[in-house]
Amino acid sequence: MMISKACPRETYGKALLEAARTDERITALDADLSGSTMSCLLRQEFPERFFEMGIAEQNMVSVAAGMSLTGSIPFVHSFSMFITGRAFEQVRQSVALPKANVKLVGSSCGFSDFGDGATHQSLEDAAIMRAIPNMTVLIPMDPNDVRAAVAEALAIDGPVYIRLTRSEMEFIDVPADYSIREPFLLRDGSDVAIVANGSMTSLALAASQKLASEGIAASVINVSCLKPLAAEPLFSLIEGTAGIVTVEEHSVVGGLGSAILEALAARPKPLAMVGALDVFGQSAWSQDELLNHYGLTVDTICSRVRSLVEGRTIGHA
Amino acid sequence: MQQQRNMGFLRDKARLVRRGIVEAIGVDRKGHLGGSMSSADIVAALYFYKMRHWPEKPNNPERDRFIFSKGHSVLAQYAALAHCGYFSVDSLPTTKQLGSILQGHPEHDRTPGIEANTGSLGQGLSLGLGMVLGGRLAGRAFKVYVILGDAELAEGQIWEAATAAAFYQAHNLVAIVDHNGLQASGVIRDLYDVGRIRDKFAAFGWHVMEVDGHDLEAVVDALDAADTAQDKPVVIVAHTIKGKGVSFAENQPSFHNGALTQEQYDQALDEIARG
Repeated sequence: MMISKACPRETYGKALLEAARTDERITALDADLSGSTMSCLLRQEFPERFFEMGIAEQNMVSVAAGMSLTGSIPFVHSFSMFITGRAFEQVRQSVALPKANVKLVGSSCGFSDFGDGATHQSLEDAAIMRAIPNMTVLIPMDPNDVRAAVAEALAIDGPVYIRLTRSEMEFIDVPADYSIREPFLLRDGSDVAIVANGSMTSLALAASQKLASEGIAASVINVSCLKPLAAEPLFSLIEGTAGIVTVEEHSVVGGLGSAILEALAARPKPLAMVGALDVFGQSAWSQDELLNHYGLTVDTICSRVRSLVEGRTIGHA
Repeated sequence: MQQQRNMGFLRDKARLVRRGIVEAIGVDRKGHLGGSMSSADIVAALYFYKMRHWPEKPNNPERDRFIFSKGHSVLAQYAALAHCGYFSVDSLPTTKQLGSILQGHPEHDRTPGIEANTGSLGQGLSLGLGMVLGGRLAGRAFKVYVILGDAELAEGQIWEAATAAAFYQAHNLVAIVDHNGLQASGVIRDLYDVGRIRDKFAAFGWHVMEVDGHDLEAVVDALDAADTAQDKPVVIVAHTIKGKGVSFAENQPSFHNGALTQEQYDQALDEIARG
Protein backbone atom coordinates (compact mmCIF):
# COMPACT_ATOMS: atom_id res chain seq x y z
CA MET A 1 0.00 0.00 0.00
CA MET A 2 1.33 3.45 -0.89
CA ILE A 3 1.57 5.65 2.16
CA SER A 4 0.45 9.14 1.27
CA LYS A 5 2.23 12.00 3.01
CA ALA A 6 2.21 15.79 3.02
CA CYS A 7 4.09 18.59 4.71
CA PRO A 8 1.84 19.86 7.52
CA ARG A 9 3.42 23.31 7.44
CA GLU A 10 2.31 23.79 3.86
CA THR A 11 -1.12 22.46 4.67
CA TYR A 12 -1.26 24.88 7.56
CA GLY A 13 -0.17 27.88 5.48
CA LYS A 14 -2.80 27.09 2.84
CA ALA A 15 -5.53 26.54 5.45
CA LEU A 16 -4.73 29.86 7.09
CA LEU A 17 -4.75 31.64 3.74
CA GLU A 18 -8.09 30.09 2.79
CA ALA A 19 -9.59 31.12 6.12
CA ALA A 20 -8.20 34.64 5.67
CA ARG A 21 -9.93 34.91 2.29
CA THR A 22 -13.32 34.55 3.92
CA ASP A 23 -12.65 36.22 7.27
CA GLU A 24 -10.99 39.60 6.98
CA ARG A 25 -10.43 39.78 10.74
CA ILE A 26 -7.61 37.24 10.42
CA THR A 27 -4.07 38.62 10.63
CA ALA A 28 -0.70 36.91 10.84
CA LEU A 29 2.39 37.87 12.83
CA ASP A 30 5.75 36.21 12.52
CA ALA A 31 9.21 36.57 14.04
CA ASP A 32 11.44 36.12 10.99
CA LEU A 33 10.33 32.55 10.36
CA SER A 34 7.46 33.07 7.93
CA GLY A 35 9.18 30.97 5.26
CA SER A 36 9.30 28.08 7.69
CA THR A 37 5.98 28.47 9.50
CA MET A 38 4.38 29.16 6.08
CA SER A 39 2.61 32.29 7.26
CA CYS A 40 4.35 33.69 4.16
CA LEU A 41 1.41 32.46 2.08
CA LEU A 42 -0.87 34.91 3.83
CA ARG A 43 1.73 37.64 3.49
CA GLN A 44 1.90 37.19 -0.27
CA GLU A 45 -1.83 37.61 -0.78
CA PHE A 46 -2.68 40.00 2.06
CA PRO A 47 0.49 42.00 2.80
CA GLU A 48 -1.46 44.59 4.83
CA ARG A 49 -2.67 41.86 7.18
CA PHE A 50 0.76 40.35 7.73
CA PHE A 51 3.07 41.81 10.37
CA GLU A 52 6.75 41.00 10.44
CA MET A 53 7.64 41.54 14.07
CA GLY A 54 11.37 40.89 13.91
CA ILE A 55 13.16 38.45 16.15
CA ALA A 56 11.27 39.67 19.20
CA GLU A 57 8.73 37.06 20.25
CA GLN A 58 7.72 38.67 23.52
CA ASN A 59 6.67 41.90 21.86
CA MET A 60 4.99 39.93 19.08
CA VAL A 61 2.73 38.03 21.44
CA SER A 62 1.66 41.14 23.37
CA VAL A 63 1.10 43.07 20.11
CA ALA A 64 -1.16 40.25 18.94
CA ALA A 65 -3.11 40.49 22.19
CA GLY A 66 -3.59 44.21 21.70
CA MET A 67 -4.65 43.61 18.11
CA SER A 68 -7.22 41.02 19.17
CA LEU A 69 -8.70 43.49 21.64
CA THR A 70 -9.63 45.67 18.67
CA GLY A 71 -11.45 42.82 16.88
CA SER A 72 -8.70 41.20 14.82
CA ILE A 73 -8.01 37.46 15.02
CA PRO A 74 -4.21 37.26 15.02
CA PHE A 75 -2.36 34.03 14.26
CA VAL A 76 1.08 34.33 15.85
CA HIS A 77 3.91 32.21 14.50
CA SER A 78 7.29 31.01 15.59
CA PHE A 79 8.99 27.75 16.43
CA SER A 80 7.09 26.02 19.20
CA MET A 81 9.99 26.42 21.62
CA PHE A 82 10.14 30.19 21.25
CA ILE A 83 6.47 31.05 21.15
CA THR A 84 5.75 29.04 24.29
CA GLY A 85 9.08 29.42 26.07
CA ARG A 86 10.52 32.80 25.23
CA ALA A 87 7.12 34.46 25.32
CA PHE A 88 5.57 32.36 28.11
CA GLU A 89 4.68 35.19 30.39
CA GLN A 90 3.31 37.32 27.55
CA VAL A 91 1.10 34.38 26.60
CA ARG A 92 0.01 34.08 30.20
CA GLN A 93 -0.71 37.73 31.01
CA SER A 94 -1.39 39.45 27.68
CA VAL A 95 -3.28 36.57 26.03
CA ALA A 96 -4.65 33.92 28.38
CA LEU A 97 -5.68 35.98 31.40
CA PRO A 98 -8.01 38.28 29.39
CA LYS A 99 -9.07 35.33 27.13
CA ALA A 100 -7.77 37.25 24.12
CA ASN A 101 -8.75 35.76 20.78
CA VAL A 102 -5.17 34.99 19.78
CA LYS A 103 -4.02 31.84 18.00
CA LEU A 104 -0.46 30.75 18.79
CA VAL A 105 1.09 28.51 16.15
CA GLY A 106 4.29 26.73 17.12
CA SER A 107 6.07 24.88 14.34
CA SER A 108 9.09 22.57 14.35
CA CYS A 109 7.89 20.83 17.50
CA GLY A 110 9.44 17.80 19.14
CA PHE A 111 12.47 16.36 17.34
CA SER A 112 11.38 17.61 13.92
CA ASP A 113 14.08 20.29 13.90
CA PHE A 114 16.59 17.45 14.19
CA GLY A 115 19.70 19.28 13.03
CA ASP A 116 19.45 22.35 15.22
CA GLY A 117 19.77 20.46 18.46
CA ALA A 118 18.40 20.93 21.94
CA THR A 119 17.91 24.71 21.76
CA HIS A 120 15.34 24.31 19.00
CA GLN A 121 13.76 20.97 19.90
CA SER A 122 10.70 21.71 21.98
CA LEU A 123 9.77 18.84 24.24
CA GLU A 124 8.11 20.98 26.90
CA ASP A 125 5.83 23.30 24.94
CA ALA A 126 2.60 21.34 25.31
CA ALA A 127 3.19 21.06 29.06
CA ILE A 128 3.77 24.80 29.32
CA MET A 129 0.65 25.70 27.35
CA ARG A 130 -1.46 23.08 29.10
CA ALA A 131 -0.64 24.60 32.48
CA ILE A 132 -2.17 27.96 31.52
CA PRO A 133 -5.89 28.48 32.29
CA ASN A 134 -8.16 29.43 29.34
CA MET A 135 -5.75 27.86 26.82
CA THR A 136 -6.85 25.25 24.27
CA VAL A 137 -4.03 22.98 23.06
CA LEU A 138 -4.32 21.26 19.66
CA ILE A 139 -1.76 18.74 18.39
CA PRO A 140 -2.93 17.53 14.97
CA MET A 141 -2.15 13.97 13.87
CA ASP A 142 -2.02 14.39 10.08
CA PRO A 143 -2.34 17.05 7.37
CA ASN A 144 -6.14 16.87 7.34
CA ASP A 145 -6.11 17.30 11.08
CA VAL A 146 -3.99 20.44 10.63
CA ARG A 147 -6.84 21.90 8.59
CA ALA A 148 -9.28 20.80 11.28
CA ALA A 149 -7.10 22.51 13.90
CA VAL A 150 -7.22 25.83 12.03
CA ALA A 151 -11.01 25.55 11.73
CA GLU A 152 -11.34 24.60 15.39
CA ALA A 153 -9.11 27.49 16.48
CA LEU A 154 -11.37 29.87 14.58
CA ALA A 155 -14.48 28.34 16.12
CA ILE A 156 -13.10 29.10 19.60
CA ASP A 157 -13.39 32.70 20.80
CA GLY A 158 -10.25 32.65 22.90
CA PRO A 159 -6.61 31.56 23.11
CA VAL A 160 -5.51 28.45 21.21
CA TYR A 161 -2.10 26.84 20.80
CA ILE A 162 -1.55 24.73 17.68
CA ARG A 163 1.53 22.49 17.77
CA LEU A 164 2.95 21.63 14.36
CA THR A 165 5.78 19.42 13.20
CA ARG A 166 8.05 20.43 10.34
CA SER A 167 8.32 16.85 9.06
CA GLU A 168 6.01 15.22 6.58
CA MET A 169 3.02 13.46 8.08
CA GLU A 170 1.13 10.42 6.82
CA PHE A 171 -2.53 10.85 5.99
CA ILE A 172 -4.66 8.86 8.38
CA ASP A 173 -8.05 7.57 7.25
CA VAL A 174 -10.89 8.74 9.46
CA PRO A 175 -14.65 8.26 9.22
CA ALA A 176 -16.96 11.17 8.50
CA ASP A 177 -17.83 11.62 12.17
CA TYR A 178 -14.22 12.34 13.14
CA SER A 179 -13.91 15.24 15.53
CA ILE A 180 -10.70 16.94 16.62
CA ARG A 181 -12.35 17.91 19.90
CA GLU A 182 -12.58 14.49 21.51
CA PRO A 183 -10.43 11.40 21.92
CA PHE A 184 -11.15 9.42 18.79
CA LEU A 185 -10.94 5.66 18.26
CA LEU A 186 -8.92 5.03 15.10
CA ARG A 187 -8.44 1.29 15.52
CA ASP A 188 -10.36 -1.11 17.67
CA GLY A 189 -8.75 -3.51 20.14
CA SER A 190 -9.79 -4.89 23.50
CA ASP A 191 -6.48 -5.80 25.16
CA VAL A 192 -4.64 -2.49 25.58
CA ALA A 193 -5.33 1.08 24.45
CA ILE A 194 -2.56 3.05 22.76
CA VAL A 195 -3.26 6.77 23.19
CA ALA A 196 -1.25 9.08 20.95
CA ASN A 197 -1.22 12.46 19.28
CA GLY A 198 0.69 14.45 16.67
CA SER A 199 3.19 12.55 14.58
CA MET A 200 3.09 9.64 17.03
CA THR A 201 -0.42 8.60 16.05
CA SER A 202 0.76 7.02 12.81
CA LEU A 203 3.45 5.23 14.79
CA ALA A 204 0.81 3.94 17.19
CA LEU A 205 -1.23 2.61 14.27
CA ALA A 206 1.83 0.78 12.94
CA ALA A 207 2.47 -0.69 16.39
CA SER A 208 -1.12 -1.85 16.69
CA GLN A 209 -0.85 -3.55 13.32
CA LYS A 210 2.35 -5.32 14.33
CA LEU A 211 0.82 -6.44 17.62
CA ALA A 212 -2.20 -7.83 15.79
CA SER A 213 0.08 -10.25 14.00
CA GLU A 214 1.12 -11.51 17.46
CA GLY A 215 -2.49 -11.91 18.52
CA ILE A 216 -2.61 -8.78 20.70
CA ALA A 217 -5.54 -6.45 20.07
CA ALA A 218 -4.37 -2.94 20.82
CA SER A 219 -6.77 -0.08 20.10
CA VAL A 220 -5.44 3.29 18.93
CA ILE A 221 -7.01 6.43 20.32
CA ASN A 222 -5.96 9.82 18.98
CA VAL A 223 -6.06 12.85 21.27
CA SER A 224 -5.45 15.93 19.13
CA CYS A 225 -7.16 18.19 21.64
CA LEU A 226 -4.85 17.84 24.63
CA LYS A 227 -6.69 20.57 26.49
CA PRO A 228 -9.51 20.66 27.36
CA LEU A 229 -9.28 16.88 27.54
CA ALA A 230 -12.67 15.23 27.05
CA ALA A 231 -12.29 12.63 29.81
CA GLU A 232 -15.67 10.89 29.60
CA PRO A 233 -15.30 9.82 25.95
CA LEU A 234 -11.79 8.64 26.80
CA PHE A 235 -13.05 6.54 29.73
CA SER A 236 -15.59 4.77 27.54
CA LEU A 237 -12.97 4.09 24.85
CA ILE A 238 -10.50 2.50 27.27
CA GLU A 239 -13.06 0.49 29.21
CA GLY A 240 -12.19 -3.18 29.53
CA THR A 241 -8.57 -2.83 28.46
CA ALA A 242 -5.72 -4.07 30.63
CA GLY A 243 -4.04 -0.69 30.49
CA ILE A 244 -2.91 2.27 28.46
CA VAL A 245 0.27 3.19 26.61
CA THR A 246 0.61 6.89 25.84
CA VAL A 247 2.86 8.00 22.99
CA GLU A 248 3.97 11.58 22.37
CA GLU A 249 6.84 13.42 20.69
CA HIS A 250 7.20 15.46 23.86
CA SER A 251 8.48 15.09 27.37
CA VAL A 252 6.60 12.63 29.55
CA VAL A 253 6.53 15.49 32.08
CA GLY A 254 3.34 17.46 31.60
CA GLY A 255 2.28 16.26 28.17
CA LEU A 256 -0.23 13.71 26.88
CA GLY A 257 0.77 10.96 29.31
CA SER A 258 0.48 13.32 32.25
CA ALA A 259 -2.88 14.60 31.06
CA ILE A 260 -4.25 11.06 30.75
CA LEU A 261 -2.86 10.14 34.18
CA GLU A 262 -4.56 13.18 35.69
CA ALA A 263 -7.84 12.10 34.14
CA LEU A 264 -7.34 8.56 35.43
CA ALA A 265 -6.66 9.63 39.01
CA ALA A 266 -10.28 8.93 39.85
CA ARG A 267 -10.34 5.67 37.86
CA PRO A 268 -6.85 4.19 38.14
CA LYS A 269 -5.59 1.91 35.39
CA PRO A 270 -2.08 0.68 34.54
CA LEU A 271 -0.36 3.17 32.26
CA ALA A 272 3.02 3.37 30.55
CA MET A 273 4.41 6.41 28.78
CA VAL A 274 6.44 6.56 25.61
CA GLY A 275 8.04 9.96 25.12
CA ALA A 276 11.15 11.94 25.93
CA LEU A 277 12.16 10.94 29.45
CA ASP A 278 12.79 14.36 31.00
CA VAL A 279 15.79 14.99 28.78
CA PHE A 280 16.93 17.60 26.26
CA GLY A 281 17.38 16.58 22.65
CA GLN A 282 20.52 16.89 20.55
CA SER A 283 21.52 17.29 16.93
CA ALA A 284 21.25 14.45 14.46
CA TRP A 285 21.24 14.06 10.71
CA SER A 286 17.64 12.84 10.68
CA GLN A 287 14.58 12.89 12.88
CA ASP A 288 14.39 9.09 12.76
CA GLU A 289 17.82 8.83 14.38
CA LEU A 290 16.54 10.90 17.27
CA LEU A 291 13.26 9.01 17.57
CA ASN A 292 15.26 5.77 17.71
CA HIS A 293 17.77 7.17 20.17
CA TYR A 294 15.09 8.41 22.57
CA GLY A 295 12.90 5.33 22.21
CA LEU A 296 9.97 6.80 20.32
CA THR A 297 9.58 3.74 18.12
CA VAL A 298 7.11 1.08 17.09
CA ASP A 299 9.23 -1.46 18.99
CA THR A 300 9.07 0.51 22.23
CA ILE A 301 5.31 0.89 21.95
CA CYS A 302 4.92 -2.83 21.25
CA SER A 303 7.12 -3.76 24.16
CA ARG A 304 5.08 -1.57 26.55
CA VAL A 305 1.83 -3.06 25.27
CA ARG A 306 3.12 -6.62 25.70
CA SER A 307 4.16 -5.85 29.27
CA LEU A 308 0.70 -4.55 30.08
CA VAL A 309 -0.91 -7.59 28.54
CA GLU A 310 1.34 -9.82 30.63
CA GLY A 311 0.33 -7.81 33.68
CA ARG A 312 3.80 -6.83 34.61
CA THR A 313 4.51 -3.67 36.58
CA ILE A 314 6.42 -1.27 34.36
CA GLY A 315 7.68 2.22 34.37
CA HIS A 316 8.32 4.65 31.56
CA ALA A 317 9.78 3.78 28.18
CA MET B 1 -16.74 62.55 26.52
CA GLN B 2 -14.12 65.19 25.82
CA GLN B 3 -13.82 68.15 28.11
CA GLN B 4 -13.09 71.80 27.58
CA ARG B 5 -9.67 73.05 28.43
CA ASN B 6 -10.52 74.23 31.93
CA MET B 7 -7.66 73.97 34.39
CA GLY B 8 -9.76 74.56 37.48
CA PHE B 9 -12.02 71.72 36.45
CA LEU B 10 -9.03 69.46 35.77
CA ARG B 11 -7.42 70.29 39.10
CA ASP B 12 -10.66 69.30 40.83
CA LYS B 13 -10.66 66.02 38.93
CA ALA B 14 -7.02 65.36 39.80
CA ARG B 15 -7.97 65.90 43.45
CA LEU B 16 -10.77 63.34 43.06
CA VAL B 17 -8.33 60.87 41.51
CA ARG B 18 -5.94 61.31 44.44
CA ARG B 19 -8.74 60.95 46.94
CA GLY B 20 -9.89 57.79 45.14
CA ILE B 21 -6.39 56.31 45.36
CA VAL B 22 -6.39 56.75 49.13
CA GLU B 23 -9.92 55.33 49.41
CA ALA B 24 -8.90 52.33 47.31
CA ILE B 25 -5.95 51.62 49.59
CA GLY B 26 -7.86 52.09 52.86
CA VAL B 27 -6.38 51.66 56.30
CA ASP B 28 -3.80 49.07 57.41
CA ARG B 29 -3.68 47.39 54.01
CA LYS B 30 -0.80 47.67 51.61
CA GLY B 31 -1.37 49.58 48.42
CA HIS B 32 0.67 51.17 45.65
CA LEU B 33 0.30 54.76 46.76
CA GLY B 34 3.52 56.28 45.42
CA GLY B 35 3.28 55.47 41.71
CA SER B 36 -0.48 56.02 41.63
CA MET B 37 -0.03 59.52 43.04
CA SER B 38 2.82 60.40 40.67
CA SER B 39 0.58 59.44 37.71
CA ALA B 40 -2.57 61.07 39.06
CA ASP B 41 -2.37 64.36 37.16
CA ILE B 42 -1.58 62.64 33.87
CA VAL B 43 -4.44 60.19 34.36
CA ALA B 44 -6.81 63.06 35.17
CA ALA B 45 -5.71 64.93 32.04
CA LEU B 46 -6.32 61.84 29.92
CA TYR B 47 -9.76 60.90 31.26
CA PHE B 48 -11.18 64.37 31.91
CA TYR B 49 -9.64 66.28 29.01
CA LYS B 50 -7.88 64.41 26.29
CA MET B 51 -9.42 61.04 25.56
CA ARG B 52 -12.51 60.50 23.47
CA HIS B 53 -14.44 57.93 25.46
CA TRP B 54 -18.01 57.15 26.38
CA PRO B 55 -18.52 55.63 29.86
CA GLU B 56 -22.10 54.73 28.98
CA LYS B 57 -20.79 52.93 25.87
CA PRO B 58 -17.47 51.57 27.14
CA ASN B 59 -16.97 49.32 24.11
CA ASN B 60 -17.48 52.01 21.48
CA PRO B 61 -14.85 50.97 18.91
CA GLU B 62 -13.95 54.59 18.19
CA ARG B 63 -12.82 55.27 21.76
CA ASP B 64 -9.28 56.23 22.60
CA ARG B 65 -7.53 53.59 24.71
CA PHE B 66 -5.44 53.96 27.83
CA ILE B 67 -3.16 51.23 29.19
CA PHE B 68 -1.33 51.43 32.49
CA SER B 69 1.75 49.42 31.62
CA LYS B 70 2.96 49.88 35.18
CA GLY B 71 -0.17 48.12 36.32
CA HIS B 72 0.46 48.54 40.03
CA SER B 73 -0.49 52.22 39.66
CA VAL B 74 -3.96 51.23 38.47
CA LEU B 75 -5.50 52.78 41.58
CA ALA B 76 -5.31 56.15 39.79
CA GLN B 77 -7.14 54.64 36.82
CA TYR B 78 -9.79 53.03 39.04
CA ALA B 79 -10.46 56.42 40.63
CA ALA B 80 -10.70 58.14 37.24
CA LEU B 81 -12.97 55.43 35.81
CA ALA B 82 -15.24 55.61 38.86
CA HIS B 83 -15.53 59.37 38.64
CA CYS B 84 -16.26 59.10 34.91
CA GLY B 85 -19.12 56.71 35.73
CA TYR B 86 -17.74 53.37 34.49
CA PHE B 87 -18.66 51.95 37.89
CA SER B 88 -19.67 53.28 41.27
CA VAL B 89 -17.30 55.37 43.33
CA ASP B 90 -18.46 53.18 46.21
CA SER B 91 -16.53 50.31 44.62
CA LEU B 92 -13.16 51.94 45.25
CA PRO B 93 -12.80 50.72 48.87
CA THR B 94 -13.46 47.15 47.65
CA THR B 95 -10.13 47.16 45.78
CA LYS B 96 -8.34 43.83 46.29
CA GLN B 97 -11.25 42.42 48.31
CA LEU B 98 -11.97 38.78 47.37
CA GLY B 99 -14.30 38.80 44.37
CA SER B 100 -14.00 42.55 43.73
CA ILE B 101 -14.11 43.93 40.20
CA LEU B 102 -11.05 45.96 41.24
CA GLN B 103 -8.01 43.69 41.31
CA GLY B 104 -4.53 44.57 42.54
CA HIS B 105 -3.50 44.88 38.90
CA PRO B 106 -5.73 45.77 35.94
CA GLU B 107 -7.87 43.03 34.42
CA HIS B 108 -9.74 43.64 31.19
CA ASP B 109 -12.28 40.91 31.90
CA ARG B 110 -13.30 42.12 35.33
CA THR B 111 -13.34 45.89 35.25
CA PRO B 112 -15.36 48.17 32.95
CA GLY B 113 -13.01 50.57 31.19
CA ILE B 114 -9.86 48.50 31.63
CA GLU B 115 -8.51 47.80 28.16
CA ALA B 116 -5.89 45.10 28.78
CA ASN B 117 -4.15 43.08 31.46
CA THR B 118 -0.92 44.35 32.90
CA GLY B 119 0.97 43.86 36.13
CA SER B 120 3.98 41.92 35.05
CA LEU B 121 5.95 44.90 33.79
CA GLY B 122 7.03 45.65 30.25
CA GLN B 123 4.04 44.45 28.24
CA GLY B 124 1.83 47.54 27.99
CA LEU B 125 3.62 49.32 25.15
CA SER B 126 3.36 46.19 22.99
CA LEU B 127 -0.34 45.88 23.82
CA GLY B 128 -0.82 49.51 22.86
CA LEU B 129 1.00 49.04 19.57
CA GLY B 130 -1.21 46.04 18.80
CA MET B 131 -4.28 48.19 19.37
CA VAL B 132 -2.93 50.89 17.04
CA LEU B 133 -2.22 48.31 14.33
CA GLY B 134 -5.64 46.69 14.81
CA GLY B 135 -7.31 50.09 14.66
CA ARG B 136 -5.42 50.92 11.49
CA LEU B 137 -6.70 47.74 9.83
CA ALA B 138 -10.24 48.56 10.93
CA GLY B 139 -9.92 52.08 9.51
CA ARG B 140 -10.25 53.71 12.92
CA ALA B 141 -8.13 56.67 14.01
CA PHE B 142 -8.33 56.28 17.77
CA LYS B 143 -5.28 57.03 19.85
CA VAL B 144 -3.67 54.73 22.39
CA TYR B 145 -2.03 56.18 25.49
CA VAL B 146 0.34 54.05 27.56
CA ILE B 147 1.83 55.12 30.88
CA LEU B 148 5.19 53.49 31.54
CA GLY B 149 7.18 53.59 34.74
CA ASP B 150 10.71 54.91 34.53
CA ALA B 151 12.11 51.86 36.33
CA GLU B 152 9.95 49.70 34.04
CA LEU B 153 12.19 50.83 31.18
CA ALA B 154 14.67 48.18 32.37
CA GLU B 155 12.36 45.57 30.79
CA GLY B 156 13.70 44.52 27.40
CA GLN B 157 10.25 44.13 25.88
CA ILE B 158 9.76 47.91 26.11
CA TRP B 159 12.57 48.36 23.62
CA GLU B 160 11.28 45.60 21.37
CA ALA B 161 8.01 47.51 21.29
CA ALA B 162 9.79 50.84 20.79
CA THR B 163 11.57 49.41 17.74
CA ALA B 164 8.37 47.93 16.32
CA ALA B 165 6.31 51.10 16.91
CA ALA B 166 8.87 53.20 15.04
CA PHE B 167 9.04 50.66 12.22
CA TYR B 168 5.25 50.68 11.86
CA GLN B 169 5.15 54.49 12.14
CA ALA B 170 2.59 54.21 14.92
CA HIS B 171 1.89 57.92 15.28
CA ASN B 172 -1.36 57.16 17.15
CA LEU B 173 0.67 55.62 19.96
CA VAL B 174 1.55 57.99 22.80
CA ALA B 175 3.75 56.70 25.61
CA ILE B 176 4.02 58.72 28.79
CA VAL B 177 6.89 57.91 31.12
CA ASP B 178 6.02 58.61 34.74
CA HIS B 179 9.56 59.64 35.63
CA ASN B 180 9.43 59.79 39.41
CA GLY B 181 12.98 58.53 39.86
CA LEU B 182 12.15 55.83 42.37
CA GLN B 183 11.61 52.10 42.15
CA ALA B 184 10.37 49.64 44.76
CA SER B 185 13.69 49.38 46.55
CA GLY B 186 15.09 52.87 46.21
CA VAL B 187 16.47 55.51 43.85
CA ILE B 188 16.65 54.34 40.25
CA ARG B 189 19.80 56.32 39.46
CA ASP B 190 21.67 54.58 42.29
CA LEU B 191 20.15 51.11 41.98
CA TYR B 192 19.93 50.50 38.26
CA ASP B 193 20.23 53.63 36.16
CA VAL B 194 18.09 53.36 33.03
CA GLY B 195 20.10 56.14 31.40
CA ARG B 196 18.94 59.13 29.41
CA ILE B 197 15.32 58.32 28.71
CA ARG B 198 14.83 61.14 26.25
CA ASP B 199 17.88 60.23 24.20
CA LYS B 200 17.05 56.54 24.19
CA PHE B 201 13.57 57.02 22.76
CA ALA B 202 14.90 59.55 20.24
CA ALA B 203 17.50 57.03 19.13
CA PHE B 204 14.71 54.47 18.68
CA GLY B 205 12.99 56.86 16.26
CA TRP B 206 10.36 58.39 18.54
CA HIS B 207 9.21 61.98 18.78
CA VAL B 208 10.10 63.05 22.34
CA MET B 209 8.64 65.72 24.61
CA GLU B 210 9.48 66.47 28.22
CA VAL B 211 7.12 68.05 30.76
CA ASP B 212 6.50 68.61 34.44
CA GLY B 213 4.02 65.81 35.08
CA HIS B 214 2.25 67.78 37.79
CA ASP B 215 1.80 70.94 35.71
CA LEU B 216 -1.62 70.17 34.26
CA GLU B 217 -1.38 72.92 31.69
CA ALA B 218 1.95 71.55 30.44
CA VAL B 219 0.59 68.00 30.41
CA VAL B 220 -2.45 69.10 28.41
CA ASP B 221 -0.23 71.04 25.99
CA ALA B 222 1.97 68.00 25.44
CA LEU B 223 -1.02 65.69 24.91
CA ASP B 224 -2.41 68.15 22.34
CA ALA B 225 0.98 68.47 20.65
CA ALA B 226 1.10 64.68 20.36
CA ASP B 227 -1.90 64.88 18.01
CA THR B 228 0.23 66.52 15.36
CA ALA B 229 2.75 63.66 15.21
CA GLN B 230 3.23 62.20 11.79
CA ASP B 231 4.99 58.93 10.96
CA LYS B 232 6.46 58.58 14.44
CA PRO B 233 5.22 57.38 17.81
CA VAL B 234 5.34 59.96 20.58
CA VAL B 235 6.76 59.75 24.07
CA ILE B 236 6.19 62.33 26.77
CA VAL B 237 8.73 62.11 29.55
CA ALA B 238 6.81 63.45 32.53
CA HIS B 239 8.91 64.50 35.52
CA THR B 240 6.93 63.59 38.60
CA ILE B 241 7.18 63.12 42.34
CA LYS B 242 6.41 59.71 43.74
CA GLY B 243 3.61 60.03 46.29
CA LYS B 244 2.79 63.56 45.06
CA GLY B 245 0.04 65.23 47.12
CA VAL B 246 0.61 63.28 50.34
CA SER B 247 3.50 64.95 52.14
CA PHE B 248 4.68 62.02 54.25
CA ALA B 249 4.73 59.73 51.20
CA GLU B 250 6.47 62.02 48.73
CA ASN B 251 9.78 60.61 47.49
CA GLN B 252 9.54 57.77 49.99
CA PRO B 253 10.30 54.35 48.47
CA SER B 254 8.50 52.79 51.45
CA PHE B 255 5.23 54.10 50.01
CA HIS B 256 5.80 52.35 46.68
CA ASN B 257 3.58 49.73 48.24
CA GLY B 258 2.83 50.78 51.78
CA ALA B 259 0.01 50.69 54.30
CA LEU B 260 -1.63 53.76 55.84
CA THR B 261 -2.50 54.06 59.50
CA GLN B 262 -5.87 55.67 60.30
CA GLU B 263 -4.04 58.89 61.11
CA GLN B 264 -2.11 58.79 57.84
CA TYR B 265 -5.29 58.02 55.93
CA ASP B 266 -7.06 61.01 57.43
CA GLN B 267 -4.04 63.25 56.91
CA ALA B 268 -3.75 62.14 53.27
CA LEU B 269 -7.40 62.95 52.54
CA ASP B 270 -7.04 66.26 54.33
CA GLU B 271 -3.92 67.28 52.41
CA ILE B 272 -5.50 66.26 49.11
CA ALA B 273 -8.65 68.27 49.85
CA ARG B 274 -6.57 71.34 50.63
CA GLY B 275 -3.97 70.73 47.89
